[in-house]
Amino acid sequence: MMSQSSRFAAREKRPINRDTFISEWPEAGLIIVGSPNDPSPSIAIGNGRITEMDGRNEAEFDLIDRFIASRAIDIDVARTAMSTDSLELARMTVDMNVSRVEVARLIAGCSPAKLVEVLSRLNVVEMMMALQKMRLRRSPANQAHVTNRKETPALLAADAAEAALRGFAEVETTVGVSRYAPLNAIAVLVGSQTGRGGVLTQCSVEEELGLRIALKGFTSYAETLSVYGTERTFVDGDDTPWSKAFLASAYASRGVKIRFTSGSGSEALMAHSEGKSMLYLEARSLLIAKASGSQGVQNGSISLIALVMSLPRGLWGVLAENLLAAMLGLELASGNDALSSHSDIRKGAKLMLQFLPGTDLITSGYSLIPKIDNMFGGGNFDSDDLDDWYALQRDMIVDGGIRPVREDEVLAVREEAARAIQAVFRQLDLPAITDDEVERAVTAYDSDDMPDRDRGADVIAADALMAGESSAIDVIKALSSSGFHESSQRVLEMQRQRITGDYLQPSAIFDEEFAVRSVLNDPNDYAGPGTGYRVLDEQRWPAIQDLPFVRNPRDLVPPSREAPLFIEQRNALAGSGTEVVIAVGPAFGSELQATISGWPHRDVITALINGIEEAGVAARIVKVYHSADCAFIGHAAAKLSGCGIGIGIQSKGTTVIHSKRLAPLNNLELFSMAPSLSLESYRAIGHNAASYALGRPVAPVPITIDNTARLRLIVRTTVMHLIETGRIQESKAPVEIEVRKV
Amino acid sequence: MPSDIRYPLATHYQERLRSASGLPFENVSMENVLGNHLSARDLGISSDTLVMQAEIAGEAGYLQLSANLLRAAELVRMPDDVLLRVYTALRPRRSTYPELIGLADELENRYEATLVSEMVREAAEVYRGRDLLMGDSQEEKPT
Repeated sequence: MMSQSSRFAAREKRPINRDTFISEWPEAGLIIVGSPNDPSPSIAIGNGRITEMDGRNEAEFDLIDRFIASRAIDIDVARTAMSTDSLELARMTVDMNVSRVEVARLIAGCSPAKLVEVLSRLNVVEMMMALQKMRLRRSPANQAHVTNRKETPALLAADAAEAALRGFAEVETTVGVSRYAPLNAIAVLVGSQTGRGGVLTQCSVEEELGLRIALKGFTSYAETLSVYGTERTFVDGDDTPWSKAFLASAYASRGVKIRFTSGSGSEALMAHSEGKSMLYLEARSLLIAKASGSQGVQNGSISLIALVMSLPRGLWGVLAENLLAAMLGLELASGNDALSSHSDIRKGAKLMLQFLPGTDLITSGYSLIPKIDNMFGGGNFDSDDLDDWYALQRDMIVDGGIRPVREDEVLAVREEAARAIQAVFRQLDLPAITDDEVERAVTAYDSDDMPDRDRGADVIAADALMAGESSAIDVIKALSSSGFHESSQRVLEMQRQRITGDYLQPSAIFDEEFAVRSVLNDPNDYAGPGTGYRVLDEQRWPAIQDLPFVRNPRDLVPPSREAPLFIEQRNALAGSGTEVVIAVGPAFGSELQATISGWPHRDVITALINGIEEAGVAARIVKVYHSADCAFIGHAAAKLSGCGIGIGIQSKGTTVIHSKRLAPLNNLELFSMAPSLSLESYRAIGHNAASYALGRPVAPVPITIDNTARLRLIVRTTVMHLIETGRIQESKAPVEIEVRKV
Repeated sequence: MPSDIRYPLATHYQERLRSASGLPFENVSMENVLGNHLSARDLGISSDTLVMQAEIAGEAGYLQLSANLLRAAELVRMPDDVLLRVYTALRPRRSTYPELIGLADELENRYEATLVSEMVREAAEVYRGRDLLMGDSQEEKPT
């Protein structure tokens, strides 16, 4: 039905109303927390093992119960934890005086239903407080997504290099066509190490293929080891907790970092929620991740975020599952990747839940490329939004994991990366990357700007690459023999780091010197004000505030180099008869010679005088030095006028018509919105002033209201007024002036 | 196991680190890459190193991660194709019960992978009870 109200109709067209909002449907699992089918917390222990969990006897355990009960839950603290009041546990989680380690020790003894009960006692602000304390690594970081629809390698490499330069700790790519996987993995590996050493890279593909690519050394971590909270969903995903745990060990055996993927909504989407709430199933998923020996997870609903956000408490639930991962001692890569809303307001507000407290990786990941090239499902924030992200970091003194860069630096690493991958393709006998591709990759907006490649030839070459013996060693050699020594050295260093195993520890990333930073040597030590990661105390703060588009306010309004507009005469005397006196501010026509709208002061004065004289009244101009305030300038004019009517104008163009019979801060007409005034407006102001002088009835000068003017010009206004105020000479009387002839 | 191991090993233990093939860490160099002296195993992590990392993780309270790294230590000696074969065998309805038990025996006897083979045996038992062995119907599974 069409709305009758125009305001309702306008709202219906707003982006928020393109989002879907639904009521809860517990039987279908479409409920964030507190489904009637969720069990109550319980644990029974006998013979050193858990014999009952959340109301289910050991004999009835499904795959997931069994896996969790035997591996995830710390039996030694289970009795204490389960018998501690959930509200008490919730308060400990938030309390800055209870350490992260102590909270984690008790939480390790909780059943899934108990964990949900604890979280249910917290609101979002408390959860943000808790996350600030509970996240593992002290320094926050961020992950980038680098993909494109054409899977064109020069662009992938250039984008990975830019991501690395901007400080992303990890770069994730994926494929449109899975056979492309090794090519995309190599492009992102070479590109990222060209941009900055130490960036971890992954290629999200089917599990077995992902492992085979990692075995070749083309990736340094894997993230998309998906786990689910019900048995049927797990099996439909073609895995079991045992196969997933084996995969985790297999990656570790080759020195490759892994992170599991979970997140609300998948069980409902796959129609096997068993009528349980999303948070309860996520608690089970997280315990599987922990039990498998994964050092971390990405969660926060990930690709199903729009399903979760259709429900009441959706974003509360997302933050709850993020926090729970951290409470369980898991590295947290906190979503904010797939498109979550049509509304920028809603997206921005959502981000704050993770951005402000900080997580190990605030997004998983940030779309470094335009949305249209994002093969992960949208890109909640993309290349067009980077400056917004930088502004938020600066506004809130928050390290969102990236640093500002200049365009010339970006172009340089993009070109170097595109040339490097061109050389690697040549040396590995992969289909040639042309110079045209390289050149276009440097400045491209998206893959539409790239020439088409022979995709048939690419995938045949990719198949051969997977079937053959080529490995990262060949990439290192190719880079070195083509003169890309730094990239070559860095790719080798990534391989060397595998041998140390240091980055298998929780929450590990590398800095640009390849120094590992994990919970073991950079633990989050937040314990209230003055502790933890404080951006102002970090070396990054100067970079975070010094954005390329920051301007020096002193340069916003350069002093005029023109000759003064006026010739000063004697001190102004009180006039007689019908006249309008125009008083200008102390900097008018001298240090400043144009209004904030750019109207030359000469033209403004001419317009005012013309308006006055058209009405048959004489005009006289004076310069006021004792005040820069529009009202006092105008009142000074009125007091000098023979008939008591004057016009005051500041350098920025703000104007008043005044009468000596009024108090200084009162007025006949005030034109405070200088940006809205045209030369015609000034003429009309002069005309009206003359009409007041003649005692005629006056219709106020119409003015346009522009509510964006202050937003656009408030900084310039401030600077102009500062210049005008700087010219004040309090004891100097108004001076008679005349306009210098051109 | 040296009692003085400190994290990160790249900083505190580098001179004693060796790769999966036994190559000293310092020999994993650009010179040797370019001289064609290195194989894939020369760039792999060793069982000993994984055991050290497992100990570090365990001492810090990350017990499950520690257990995972100990399983990984056993897998170092396993060729890539065997790794992929074990993974596939553990996926739902890929193996019969005897096949999984046979696989567990093979892992234990040929690769001394005691922890991993225990896990495979456990999976065989669990899969049998949950209709996840080869030939089990998806439809009969209790939900």
